[in-house]
Amino acid sequence: MSDTNKQMNSARREFLSKAGATAGAAAIAPGVFLTTPAVAKPADEKVTSDKRWGLLIDTTKCADGCDACVTACQTENGWGGADNSEKHSNEEQKAQWIRKVQLKEKATGHVSTLPLMCQHCETPPCVDVCPTGASFKRADGIVLVDKHICIGCRYCMMACPYKARSFIHEDLKDQKPWAPRGKGTVESCTLCVHRVDEGGTPACVEACNAESHNAMFFGDLYDKDSEISQQLEQHGGKQIRADLGLNTGVRYRGI
Amino acid sequence: MKLALNYREIEGKSTGFWVLLGGLGLLIALGLGATLFMEHSGHHVTGMSNQIVWGMPHVFAIFLIVAASGALNVASIGTVFGKPLYKPLGRLSGLLAIALLLGGLMVLVLDLGHPDRLIIAMTYYNFKSIFAWNILLYNGFLAITIVYLWLMMERKMNKYYQPAGYVAFVWRLILTTGTGSIFGWLVAREAYDMALLAPMFIIMSFSYGLAVFMLVLMAAYNWTNRPLGNAILYRLKNLLGVFIAAVLYFVAVYHLSNLYATEHHSVERFILLDGGIYTKLFWIVQIILGSLVPLVMIYHPSIGKSRPAIATACALVLIGGLAQLYVLLIGGQAFPLDMFPGYEVTSSFFDGVVNSYSPSIWEITLGVGGVAFALLLVTVAVRVLRFLPESLEDSAIDPHAAKAD
Repeated sequence: MSDTNKQMNSARREFLSKAGATAGAAAIAPGVFLTTPAVAKPADEKVTSDKRWGLLIDTTKCADGCDACVTACQTENGWGGADNSEKHSNEEQKAQWIRKVQLKEKATGHVSTLPLMCQHCETPPCVDVCPTGASFKRADGIVLVDKHICIGCRYCMMACPYKARSFIHEDLKDQKPWAPRGKGTVESCTLCVHRVDEGGTPACVEACNAESHNAMFFGDLYDKDSEISQQLEQHGGKQIRADLGLNTGVRYRGI
Repeated sequence: MKLALNYREIEGKSTGFWVLLGGLGLLIALGLGATLFMEHSGHHVTGMSNQIVWGMPHVFAIFLIVAASGALNVASIGTVFGKPLYKPLGRLSGLLAIALLLGGLMVLVLDLGHPDRLIIAMTYYNFKSIFAWNILLYNGFLAITIVYLWLMMERKMNKYYQPAGYVAFVWRLILTTGTGSIFGWLVAREAYDMALLAPMFIIMSFSYGLAVFMLVLMAAYNWTNRPLGNAILYRLKNLLGVFIAAVLYFVAVYHLSNLYATEHHSVERFILLDGGIYTKLFWIVQIILGSLVPLVMIYHPSIGKSRPAIATACALVLIGGLAQLYVLLIGGQAFPLDMFPGYEVTSSFFDGVVNSYSPSIWEITLGVGGVAFALLLVTVAVRVLRFLPESLEDSAIDPHAAKAD
């Protein structure tokens, strides 16, 4: 790139950032609220521990009978659904990355519902027990499985307190390029890492918003100004099986 | 004075010997065939699922691995604790330990989703994983026991075998601690998550290992018409009785500890009262048939002297042991995870319900194949190398030890 180009670029960047800041200031002037959106990470940049991606699920807004998040995850990542390629597996064997769970409080009879998926623990038991290191946590808190070194021992499934992981019991076809899956390996929610790395939000969150339920918030738990952090600060959020001290990245409100 | 012990290969020319080899070979072939089928089709042909992730192969594999470390005890009692009566049995004890471990590992590896990636398991290590530690412990156990056996069997090296025996003894304790900790360190599931499982697995290994050892010893001496004296046999069966009682004690402490903690009442209720097959297996097979009946048989003044009765008691201990591992492994997974205390939970992924499991013929065939593999290794080894003393008559072994019984 020539020097002139560089100068032009930097001048343009300066202009854009100033203009953006002004516009931003104007937008928040009415004092609605201050949040920073998730920003894309350039492809050649390392994932750092400066961020910790998380989800907040407001079960009071999660509609009974709605499974938009589940369907969106299936479409996005190519599991389950009407054209499920796990033709031979029975219901107990088919993979489920995210599921709707219905809770009925025994004492009061109060019914609530919530989506349950990999909780992206800070200290994930699945990562601790994996003999080969195939089960791993990225610096930004996303827990994944490296399908190349997973030997299919299923010890991570024994160790997960949330039953968030699935083993693939047969050959699969028509996989999504960004969500490779394979017979004899274990898989689970990736927090749509392919979207997140491009500045997007997970498919489940998008679908929930599209249904106008707005029960799911995605963002950086370390960024005090992110919507998820502000929501958590104002209303709090619970971890499922908090007694285990896993510091999950997925939090719930209303349970 | 003690007579010099003469170890000799078995003759191995009889029809019975070839039938035994052929039978074991057939079972191994069937096991491998089942593996090929399961790996080709995928695990959907098994009874295992995303709810019960470890099934019958793991029951067999853990059983064989636990029994392997226990089988070495007989050698350890001779070498480490210096009991002369046990010394003639040291070679067979080491051999059985190696064979059972290889049989168990065969089943464990062949059930993996990717047995073809064994090289990855050997080259990529996550040292926080007790499973990864176990891979090192298993390989180390094999290496140490082979050296121990060699030092025992090579006359020139005989003076060095004692230190090897000490190392093997300590290693086997660590190994079974590792096996028990595979479950003991799982915080997620209520039936596991107890440090007691490590010592409990050690005492289980004493019992299963000795029962296998006695059955193999009696079969080998009976089928080759070699004399096996009562002194040694009664000593072994009395020891087995102590081990059975010790296992019962650990099982009692395990359940009492769980029963004391209110949060575990439902899982205890499941195993002890209303868990269907698991409750039946626990009380009828593990406790009554696998522990109390053999205890009575062993210590009964007249039945305890009968060889068929002793052999039956050993077999019952093994059946009880398989039931014990089935209840612990499968029952522990069948009981639902308690993620939301105080709530009734339902979902499309079988949350809040007792998971069902029925083992497929393929899984059982693989497990039996592993047992056959271990026994075939022993059969071939005693045919080609000098593992078995020609006579274990009371007069052939240490007379003082015999008198002390």
